[in-house]
Amino acid sequence: MRVRLVTIPLLALLVVFESAVLSRMPLLHGTADVVLLFIIAWSLQERVQTAWPENLAGGMMMGFISAYNVLIPLLAYLAVGALARYARRRVWQLTIVMMFALTFIGTLLLHSLAAATRIVGGTPLPLGEAFRVVTLPALVLNLLLAAPVYALVRDLADWLLPEEVEI
Amino acid sequence: MNPKSALPWRSITLALVAVGLIVLGLGGWLTPVARLALSPLVAAQSWLSERYQAIQFYLTAPRDVNELMQRNAELEAEVAHLQSQIIELQQQLGEYRVLAALLDFARTFPDYSYLSASVIGRDPSPFVHYVHIDRGSDDGLRRGMPVVSQQGLVGRVAQVTANAALVQLITDPEVSINVRLQPSDADAVLTGSVTGDVSLTMIPQEAKVQPGDLVLTSGLGGNYPPNILIGQVTGVRTRPFDLFQSASVQPVVDFNRLSIVLVITNFQPVDVSPLIPTPQAP
Repeated sequence: MRVRLVTIPLLALLVVFESAVLSRMPLLHGTADVVLLFIIAWSLQERVQTAWPENLAGGMMMGFISAYNVLIPLLAYLAVGALARYARRRVWQLTIVMMFALTFIGTLLLHSLAAATRIVGGTPLPLGEAFRVVTLPALVLNLLLAAPVYALVRDLADWLLPEEVEI
Repeated sequence: MNPKSALPWRSITLALVAVGLIVLGLGGWLTPVARLALSPLVAAQSWLSERYQAIQFYLTAPRDVNELMQRNAELEAEVAHLQSQIIELQQQLGEYRVLAALLDFARTFPDYSYLSASVIGRDPSPFVHYVHIDRGSDDGLRRGMPVVSQQGLVGRVAQVTANAALVQLITDPEVSINVRLQPSDADAVLTGSVTGDVSLTMIPQEAKVQPGDLVLTSGLGGNYPPNILIGQVTGVRTRPFDLFQSASVQPVVDFNRLSIVLVITNFQPVDVSPLIPTPQAP
């Protein structure tokens, strides 16, 4: 519970930071998604027992602040969080590699869901151009930020969940 | 010779010489002589004074360094304070210019009521083009209200909360606005795109559209008030086998630097969807 008192407000701050600052610094038309990166990094932490509340909160907050249907970020974050938990148990010694891999998968998943929703809604969306000017630049930004975010989240997890020492 | 009798004469002579020198001095006759006599004295005095001051500075330097350091710190603090004031004033000046331009815009369309709002964020998703403003339903905002800036049309209010609102920009891929071109007076439909570029479709083949033509809202459809500037035609594509012409548009609003906008609060968008005929089942 004490952990959630830190992580949920931190996610809210990240959502605000993403909306107010990062969305104004695009690469072509893609922007970084630090909430997604936080969720992946948090889900990959060995000491974190359950990460789905953060995934759920992050998805809902992004859905609330964005013009998107709330289900898009919610589904994407929960899915990538679950994938991170699954991957953590199998490749626990290479978590930073998993961070990059899941950043790649998570960005593609989120953008695919967003693009699919727009197309289903009847909006003309040239997929090739959208991939070239939106998804690829966003992927580059997310991969650039993945390592620093992972390091910060690992420190946060170490601080919030210190290792128990038997005396 | 009696010394007592010579003394008054000597004194008188000296007094007369003294008086004579004073009179000559007052008359300016001794100036060249005085200059010659005083020059070495002045030079010597200057030399001595400089050395004295140097020695005094050397002897009192540690105390002065402390004072200077303290004074320097005070001045640096003052400079920092003044610089922050300059930045604040520059920011206020920028806001003032924007507000003055917005006021000019409001004067151009005096029939409408306006509410100014600051842009506080952008939609984090790159597939949509929305901005957040710091006014909401508590300020009287409603869904569908048009949003303008000092340059022209920005978009319209899409979602409202108590103290914030989401504005759909005209660059959003979902947007389609009925527009009129000037001076050709042709009607067209403006659409956004995922890249933020806006273009015109449905321009009649017979319309003579040229780069540089102005794009204004037509008011058709009832979603936006008429005659609000959107942009300028930059290129026209005409193909003889197409039903309509298309054109690219350069919006007048710089959406990357949007900071303050005006919401037109007394414009009621018309919902025409009930009037659109639906296909009847056979």
